[in-house]
Amino acid sequence: MNRFDYVRPTSLAEAVAAAAMPGAAYLAGGTNLLDLMKGGVARPERLVDITRLPELNRVERLDDGSLRVGALVRNADLAHDQAFAATYPAVAEALLSGASAQLRNAATVGGNIMQRTRCSYFYDTASACNRRELGSGCDALAGENRHHAVLGWSPACIATHPSDFCVPLVALDAVVEIEGSKGRRHVTLEEFHRLPGEAPQRETVLEPGELVVAVRLPAEASAFASHARYLKLRERTSYAFAVVSAAAALVVEGGRIRQARLALGGVAAKPWRARAAEAALLGAEPGEAAYAGAAALALAEAKPSGDNGFKIELARRVAVRALSLAEAGTPARLPALPASVFASTTGARHDA
Amino acid sequence: MSLSISLTINGEQRDVELDDPRVTLLDLLRERLDLTGTKKGCDRGQCGACTVLVDGRRVNSCLALAASQDGAEILTIEGLAQGETLHPVQAAFIAHDGFQCGFCTPGQIMSAVGLIGEGQAGDDPERIREAMSGNLCRCAAYGGIVEAVLEAQRTIAAGNGADTRRDAA
Repeated sequence: MNRFDYVRPTSLAEAVAAAAMPGAAYLAGGTNLLDLMKGGVARPERLVDITRLPELNRVERLDDGSLRVGALVRNADLAHDQAFAATYPAVAEALLSGASAQLRNAATVGGNIMQRTRCSYFYDTASACNRRELGSGCDALAGENRHHAVLGWSPACIATHPSDFCVPLVALDAVVEIEGSKGRRHVTLEEFHRLPGEAPQRETVLEPGELVVAVRLPAEASAFASHARYLKLRERTSYAFAVVSAAAALVVEGGRIRQARLALGGVAAKPWRARAAEAALLGAEPGEAAYAGAAALALAEAKPSGDNGFKIELARRVAVRALSLAEAGTPARLPALPASVFASTTGARHDA
Repeated sequence: MSLSISLTINGEQRDVELDDPRVTLLDLLRERLDLTGTKKGCDRGQCGACTVLVDGRRVNSCLALAASQDGAEILTIEGLAQGETLHPVQAAFIAHDGFQCGFCTPGQIMSAVGLIGEGQAGDDPERIREAMSGNLCRCAAYGGIVEAVLEAQRTIAAGNGADTRRDAA
């Protein structure tokens, strides 16, 4: 790990001023940043520890019916907040399907959104990686790339965004609240993460020194509370990143789909909102035929970036299943294995 | 640059001068405070051997910067037993053979203490397995670990545990 200056501001204004210096990075839970620093992938000259900023710690309902979640709220606290989980069950399920209990206790809302790809070539400083060092190339293109992107990738970078949390958030039209030296601004989560194009090193729309201070869920997001799920296919049952995941949410009235949301994880450099699929579901009769059509639309532009063609069909199937689960309804209690493809009843072993 | 921090470790206040901000909570405990019960496995948050409680919550101490923990209350494996009386989780790990080589055990036990405090798993073995997935055991003592967690939870619920402050942690 490189040496760095450590500062711990006590106000937001102080924090933003301290991070204005080139080479500065914000530190919150540190679960991704310290890992990156230990590997020499991130080498900040100054760490601005924001964990003591009290205004970033709150979950509050705003007058317009939206919910504002402070950037420092820990993943576990949000997932286990009963009112939150009852209103946004797919978000709680996604949170609990990610990482381990220890990491969820430390990791924050803002940090989850800001986490970096887990592409192994990004992590290996001996490998070429345009995301880490623009112009060095992409060793993933001809390397181990089974888990890489099938949507929105470019020859410069085929990495995926690893977050579970962001997938239902983007489906529910979440908005990111950003503080910078020029004041506060709001960006939809859908626009927040950038596709790689020619500049994969620019992962988000954040300007240098800007800080994510909160995430908002609009009032409309609570309409899906009774029919929203997250489904995550992994290579082991727990404590693994998604190969492919999907967040699905429905409003069904009078035998027809009146509202639909669908987003995919593990398929692109950003959480992938499937708007064409959603449009196709409106007015349709709920059922596998409608879901298969929607899933086909969601993956219509997909193409393999390597040995990962299987992910396209897998994503279609995960989308169909997530929509079917959403139609069946949010369970009264989250399953023992959140978001797992293994159905589990209380007390039973998933592998029995 | 020197950083002064103050921590409460196993009930005892410790004032620490850090000559380097890179020190993790894990390295502070092991290398500077001689609390070597907390183990360094992967040092990257993947194995759980370094699990301790910070303000009652289980975390990976290898991914926690010591400077950032200023003012926190830390509980490590050394702080669990009351003299010669083992904490119910420690006793249950022995009773159920929840280990073989023992290297992951302090992390497993601290994680189990955290899990019981969280109160989310109940008596469902599947929920306990899921909630313990951040702790790897190369000897694969998982069967015994789940039984130990179940029994310790029953013991604590029945009020036979150590002092309540630590049980609540």
